[in-house]
Amino acid sequence: MDTFLQQLVNGLTAGSVYAVVALGYTMVYGIIQLINFAHGEVVMIGAMVAFTVINALAPGGLPPLAVVLVGTACAIPVCMLVGYSMERLAYRPLRGAPRLAPLITAIGVSILLQHLAMLVWSRNVLAFPQIIQNTTYTLAGASITSVQIAIIAVCIALMGGLALLVYRTQLGTAMRATAQNPHVAGLMGVDVNRVIAATFVIGAALGAVAGVLYGTYYGVAQYTMGSILGLKAFSAAVLGGIGNIPGAMLGGVLLGLVEALGAGYIGDLSDLCAYGWIADLMGEQCDGGHFILFGSNYQDVFAFLVLIVVLVFRPSGLLGERVGDRA
Amino acid sequence: MNDMKLGITLIAAAVALAGCGEQKPAAKAEAKPAAAAPSVLEVKIGHVGPLTGGIAHLGKDNENGARLAVEEANAARTRIDGKEVKFTFLAEDDQADPKTGTTVAQKLVDAKVAGVVGHLNSGTSIPASPIYAQAGIPVISGSATNPKLTEQGFKSQFRVVGRDDQQGPAIASYLATTKKPKLVAVIDDATAYGEGIANEVEKTLKAANIKVLPREKGTDKTTDWKAVLTKLRGRRPDAVFYGGMDATGGPLLKQGRELGIKAVFSFGDGACTDEMTKLAGPAAEGLLCSQAGIPPQAADKRFLEAYKKRFNVDPILYAPFTYDAAKLLIAAMQKANSADPKRYLPELQKIDFTGATGKIAFDGKGDRKDAEMTIFTMQGGKLGPIAIVKGGKTMTYEEFIKGMK
Repeated sequence: MDTFLQQLVNGLTAGSVYAVVALGYTMVYGIIQLINFAHGEVVMIGAMVAFTVINALAPGGLPPLAVVLVGTACAIPVCMLVGYSMERLAYRPLRGAPRLAPLITAIGVSILLQHLAMLVWSRNVLAFPQIIQNTTYTLAGASITSVQIAIIAVCIALMGGLALLVYRTQLGTAMRATAQNPHVAGLMGVDVNRVIAATFVIGAALGAVAGVLYGTYYGVAQYTMGSILGLKAFSAAVLGGIGNIPGAMLGGVLLGLVEALGAGYIGDLSDLCAYGWIADLMGEQCDGGHFILFGSNYQDVFAFLVLIVVLVFRPSGLLGERVGDRA
Repeated sequence: MNDMKLGITLIAAAVALAGCGEQKPAAKAEAKPAAAAPSVLEVKIGHVGPLTGGIAHLGKDNENGARLAVEEANAARTRIDGKEVKFTFLAEDDQADPKTGTTVAQKLVDAKVAGVVGHLNSGTSIPASPIYAQAGIPVISGSATNPKLTEQGFKSQFRVVGRDDQQGPAIASYLATTKKPKLVAVIDDATAYGEGIANEVEKTLKAANIKVLPREKGTDKTTDWKAVLTKLRGRRPDAVFYGGMDATGGPLLKQGRELGIKAVFSFGDGACTDEMTKLAGPAAEGLLCSQAGIPPQAADKRFLEAYKKRFNVDPILYAPFTYDAAKLLIAAMQKANSADPKRYLPELQKIDFTGATGKIAFDGKGDRKDAEMTIFTMQGGKLGPIAIVKGGKTMTYEEFIKGMK
């Protein structure tokens, strides 16, 4: 039981990071129906900038929490700038183009950012300075660290903040209007270009925070980290219903849980020797041993399995309603 | 691991080019007296290692070891077949690249070298070995640890360093004898290296009647080990072995401690680096890991002093091994009283030699008999040797050092 609880804690932590990254995908998709494949790279740049700042400040004697906060505070504007220039330089000129053009551009931007990061931060796996005193609490047999608690809390706060922004402010109203129909929103006096740029910038800021959280949680950062993280967050966004903000949050957390439980139990479930009749068929191979079909290295596969299952059986996602014609 | 540090390559290339420029005049100066004395036998000995790229410093270290042995042989006025021998040292750069490795191998063969020390990497040694074998030129690597190198059946291929598949048994037998675990969890990263070493560890542990949990796997890019570790925590292993590199091993160790796993964590040479402190933080303290060979500071005192005097630096990693490799070639030539590869090769196969790294003899495949493996532990953020495993026997590092003197 404590193993199960622990897997839930693990899944919840990873899932809340996925959720925050997924928000970046879903917001952009909701407004201009573009899957911004470069968003994972924005997250990576956030982690890298924070790494550089934290590394530089770590020996300075400031309190660790302040160092991490300064690192985050530096990462956010850099990512916002990256998000803004990406929209301004790569996507806006293609606003009227067929949908495939911006999609391919997004992949191009992703490769470009990745390799720029490689030139700046090298190919090596960078070790995030471990400055935060990590206290472990035990709860009904499951251990949860202070960093994990902080990650979950920050993610909930970010999601709440974003919901407030989208549903309670003028900018949010403009964003929702643009999402429904950009032409009509424009006629009603909404500056569509500004709203779209704002969406990119907000998504990038969320991505920056997610990057810092990811870096401090796992302790490593590398220029390639954005691609797999991005794909998983994208799957999470699709799971929740792409374009739908609460859906991305739900999808992220669910995906984290599916991954943790999947990786935790697939080995035992696919142990052919654990099943009587197959064990008989296998004969000697099972004598006191195990024959595990799928090991925990299939962890990354779950995200994509979920993506395929959702696209086949419920293309609009769990909470999606207005996607059918666009997906 | 292989595709790291491209950015540094250019700088390293520039540095290495500068280095090459310095060496050439020296070689010419040495060649002159050789031409002047008619009764002198000229013998060429080649060395191959990466002198450019991310591990150029290791290549240079290897080259220095072999160069020292050749220079000593020249200074000692070695005689073969009644003639004084003038050894010429040809150092080539394979850039740690398999393709370049074969090109420079052919270059050395065309230059009619009598023997070759190298290459540094398994990845370049393996494709180069058929070229030397075809020409019948003996080649001794001081650092290539991949088992495949000597499994190809080439009579002229040797190595003075241990094999990867001896490393697994070494760390496993150290674990078994000193930590006495009842239950061990074995994890690998699903690469040829990681799986290979993990299989060897599992085999050795099982032979010692220690229970091993069903294998857990990650990939060479895994950063989230929590699911695997949580599962393992429920089974309460006394020790964990991970076959993989430091980039994944560091997070594994850190997350394991975060989950409150108290087991001893052990690794192969892929994660036997000082990077582990950075990647795992304080969790790295007390980890165990193994490396093929012996640490350079454990090599013969005379060698260490001579190296320091000649090159003004301390040997980094495998220099004692390439030193011995070059010495072996020369010793076999002396025994056979010929520098002809065909004639001295049989002597090399049955040689019994004591070099800077201890006693050396080869088995039928060209592997060193009873090669040493070193066990390291992390203390105060630094890896330090604690034990040497040789022929299945474990001795503490201090005992080994005493034995070397």
